[in-house]
Amino acid sequence: MEAKVIHLTVNGRAHRALVEPNLSLLHVLRELLGYTDVKNGCEKGDCGACTVILNGKAVNSCLVLAWQAEGAVVVTDTGLGTLEHPHPVQEAFADLGAAQCGYCTPGMVVSAKALLDENPHPSEAEIREALSGNLCRCTGYGQIVHAVQLAAEKMVTAESAENAEEKTR
Amino acid sequence: MLPEFDFLTPNSLAEALAWLAQRAGDAAPVAGGTNIVPDLRSGRHAPKALVDLSRLAELKGIRREDGYVVAGGGVTIAELLGSPLVRSSARPLFEAARLFANPLIRNRATLAGNLADASPAADSAPPLLALDAEVELVSQAGTRRVSLVEFFTGVRRTVRRTDEILAAVRWPVPEPEAAFGYTKLGLRRADAISVVSAAVCLVPAPDGACSRARIALGSVAPVPMRARAAEAFLTGRPLSAETIAEAARMAAGEASPISDLRATSGYRKRVAEVIVRRLLAEAARTPQPQES
Ligand SMILES: Cc1cc2nc3c(=O)[nH]c(=O)nc-3n(C[C@H](O)[C@H](O)[C@H](O)COP(=O)(O)OP(=O)(O)OC[C@H]3O[C@@H](n4cnc5c(N)ncnc54)[C@H](O)[C@@H]3O)c2cc1C
Ligand code: FES
Ligand code: FES
Repeated sequence: MEAKVIHLTVNGRAHRALVEPNLSLLHVLRELLGYTDVKNGCEKGDCGACTVILNGKAVNSCLVLAWQAEGAVVVTDTGLGTLEHPHPVQEAFADLGAAQCGYCTPGMVVSAKALLDENPHPSEAEIREALSGNLCRCTGYGQIVHAVQLAAEKMVTAESAENAEEKTR
Repeated sequence: MLPEFDFLTPNSLAEALAWLAQRAGDAAPVAGGTNIVPDLRSGRHAPKALVDLSRLAELKGIRREDGYVVAGGGVTIAELLGSPLVRSSARPLFEAARLFANPLIRNRATLAGNLADASPAADSAPPLLALDAEVELVSQAGTRRVSLVEFFTGVRRTVRRTDEILAAVRWPVPEPEAAFGYTKLGLRRADAISVVSAAVCLVPAPDGACSRARIALGSVAPVPMRARAAEAFLTGRPLSAETIAEAARMAAGEASPISDLRATSGYRKRVAEVIVRRLLAEAARTPQPQES
């Protein structure tokens, strides 16, 4: 078992890391590259705290072996926005207090973002289904669902404002 | 921390087969990793080498071929859900994909991984059994096709040799008059392991009698199973409420469930009968008898 250099683009930044084959993508992101917004909850696919977007798809990074991700493009919660310019999902989570301890939040935000990219007008049932791989031990989910609904409204409004602006130009 | 292993990244199916042959017995394929990574972590599975199939184009794609639908072993559950061909020509498989795990797992979990893992609760199995599916096992020695009923031999055991890759799953395009049903019962609505699952297929003859019946059950026996006696009983009989009720009783009788943390054996049998009766009645469009 020998280590090899793998290449990853994380939140737009190119990384090289010397990695043994028995490490998960989660381990590489968190422990080697310092993306501590990616949380380690269970390391067996049950909790969703480690959710990232891997080549366009939301996945449990604890179940991906690092070498399987060679050359991949990864987006984590911090890649979605900044404190000054948060992503609408992040803003909605903050505005509605959709977090208590916050451990599940980065994963929730990433799953919610993946949902809204595919389905900009989700029903409550669709939101709950989309977040079914992300467990929260604190909130009871109510505020989380509301936050995703609010983010969806904001994103649709922002988009129609943009379209209107384009037309008047 | 995972145990140590070599990780082999083949660029083609041929290369993957060569690795598996060379490391005969001590190498295992890895695809989505959703079973094998937790198994490595818990020590349940300890291969000395993993052969990564997740990049092989040969295992991808869902297509029609001479009256069959052929899905590559590397097709993910999310890809099944997104496939118009699966939606139209494999309704119970589509329904099972919708209720499979959660969106995160569905983006990684593959069809071959689900079948090769051979859990009694593998959710793609009952629908594929109802569709008369077969699997394509490929090795350096060639390709063999095995019907899915014969593929499973015990809890997490199959006829697959360690040098073989499950390259594709195929099933005949169903005739237009075939009616299907699928139900999965878990302990919660989403992201649940099946307590009992069932898929049925009924093909009526012009006179209204049943010309072909398939009743497949998950989580009620060491392997995903077909209730052959109940199927035989239905064949040639008119699809009345009484016939269906009797077939459902027979199907439950053929099951040999265990008691575990999710349900008792008795509960599984009772529920299997109810589920099969409802699915058959719905597929036959017969009015349901009073619940007993
Ligand atoms: C949180 C969670 C929820 C889950 N929910 C469900 C559920 O609802 N229903 C369900 O059925 N399962 C469920 N599973 C189990 C698992 O996700 C599925 O069985 C999945 O389809 C496995 O596919 P994979 O590609 O991840 O397999 P892997 O883990 O990569 O491999 C599984 C096994 O198959 C072998 N293998 C993989 N590909 C091939 C191939 N092409 N040829 C030969 N052998 C191969 C491997 O060597 C290994 O032994 C769940 C798992 C988790 C972690
Ligand atoms: S840490 Fe990956 S799902 Fe829990
Ligand atoms: S806020 Fe604590 S786990 Fe969700």
